[in-house]
Amino acid sequence: MTRMAATRDGYGQALLDMATNEKVVVLEADLGKSTKSLHFRKAHPERTVSCGIGEQNMLLTAAGLAASGYIPFASTFAIFTERAFEQMRNGIARPNLAVHLCGSHGGTHTGTDGSSAQSIEDLGIYRTLPNVVVLHPCDDVSTRVLTNQLVDLGKPSYTRTARNKTPVFYDGREDEIEIGKGIILAEGSDVAIIACGVMVSEAMKAADELSKKGIEATVIDMHTIKPLDTQLIEKMAKQCGAIVTAEDHNVIGGLGGSVAEFLSSTIPTPLERVGVKDRFGESGQADEMLDLMEISAPFITAAAERAINRKQ
Amino acid sequence: MSKSIPELEELARKCRVEIVKMVHRAQAGHPGGSLSEIDLLSALYANYLRAKPSDPDWEDRDRFILSKGHASPGMYAILAEMNFITKQDLESYRVLGGVCQGHVDMKWCPGVDFSAGSLGMGLSFGMGCAIAGRLSNSERNVFVMLGDGEIQEGSVWEAAMAAKHHELGNLKVILDCNRIQNDDFCDTQMRMFDIPAKWQSFGWDVKEIDGHNMEEIVAGLDFLVGNDSNPAILIAHTVKGKGVSYMEDNPAFHGAAPNDEQFDIAMVELGEVHS
Repeated sequence: MTRMAATRDGYGQALLDMATNEKVVVLEADLGKSTKSLHFRKAHPERTVSCGIGEQNMLLTAAGLAASGYIPFASTFAIFTERAFEQMRNGIARPNLAVHLCGSHGGTHTGTDGSSAQSIEDLGIYRTLPNVVVLHPCDDVSTRVLTNQLVDLGKPSYTRTARNKTPVFYDGREDEIEIGKGIILAEGSDVAIIACGVMVSEAMKAADELSKKGIEATVIDMHTIKPLDTQLIEKMAKQCGAIVTAEDHNVIGGLGGSVAEFLSSTIPTPLERVGVKDRFGESGQADEMLDLMEISAPFITAAAERAINRKQ
Repeated sequence: MSKSIPELEELARKCRVEIVKMVHRAQAGHPGGSLSEIDLLSALYANYLRAKPSDPDWEDRDRFILSKGHASPGMYAILAEMNFITKQDLESYRVLGGVCQGHVDMKWCPGVDFSAGSLGMGLSFGMGCAIAGRLSNSERNVFVMLGDGEIQEGSVWEAAMAAKHHELGNLKVILDCNRIQNDDFCDTQMRMFDIPAKWQSFGWDVKEIDGHNMEEIVAGLDFLVGNDSNPAILIAHTVKGKGVSYMEDNPAFHGAAPNDEQFDIAMVELGEVHS
């Protein structure tokens, strides 16, 4: 049976992994229990900085630490990172300080907390900042591996994790995971589904459904939104001739937007973008939210068929 | 070697001349807040700040963070006097490719520890530097200069609260209280009432001085560096545009350059040219 886990647990585990590096420091804004930095705090209180409920101060405290030779990992809810966007822009991205920001509880999948907690724009806004690497892993294993890789990145990053459990894909496959490289989870030549985060498992379900209809789909876990693995996308465009993107994010500006920007200026290809249709969510269970937002597996399946029908 | 009071006053005078020259040359920039802060910066750099012009990235240096980063001509002037940059570099103020960017920037200018530009950011950054110093078992101090208008930014108070919570005795703020902000007098824009009481209530040690009286400045900086147990703030009462008659206490010169005629008057008033 498929193991289920939340990506935020992978983040918490990664912080413990990197604790042997004396330069790693962790910053919290009263949500360590939720983002899972609490494990690091318990083990290394002397290298954990509580910033209270003060995200703006947290990000720039992290910047000061980075400018002084430390490697700060700061986390809060994805939505609350956005309060400190200007700090991220002017205090971190502009001087290219290697602050690693994690926004947990991203997307409508966050569920019953309702629309105020469901960031649907974080990936879009952070990817518009020069120097910033943007990650959105799909399971706890890849979150753990990618977060560990950030230690040596030498530039700022934003990672979105999710509150709720999703299927795990990478047990025993840790070696395949690398920042900036999309991962092929299923291979087919009719259509390529490029997904990130909680939508990767929905994309896999869609591929199974399509297979029953005689349509063979490639599924790519695009855990790195920026820098985008354009080489892989170009290859898929040539191989499949039809592309679908799938994300629990506004259809404007995120993964779908990134892929559209690349394809339209290099290799125009029929593209269908599955994502939140420029609207806010509401309270509901995680799976109910994906249906309400029209981004769950059946919607990906339908989008794949539309993309295939658009082939010349 | 430590400079005497008259030497510090002369250093500040020379910096004032460069401030006015920079802003006049660029026909843009912020002379008012540069002239109000420069007596403080002169004493700080000449007699207190542990930093090496020959090795500006020396890891164990004291940090100086100009949070009111628009007052960059003041900082560039003192950096040139202390040989972090050259006098010729001052000509690059606001010029394409120049080390003297419009707002001080750590990626562009040697001796600059913070990329400023948005108000309300420097104290938090300084807090990170102060925590780093403590984690590294370093004796280094972190000085942050804020403007009085700047403390209208709520994020300043997040940092003020956090600095005391973390007992950052190595964090020292100098508040340039020149009473004027971009559009008008602070009291017109947003009254701040009892500023010393506000910092005291956040747990900071507070001292008030006349920010243009060099003896008081030296006593104030002694207070800051002599206090390692608690975050401390030196509230310096200053005059915006100090030293140039028509700029003094005049909101119009927060962010405006003198014309040629005004420039000539300033050079006379600052003792650079004899009338």
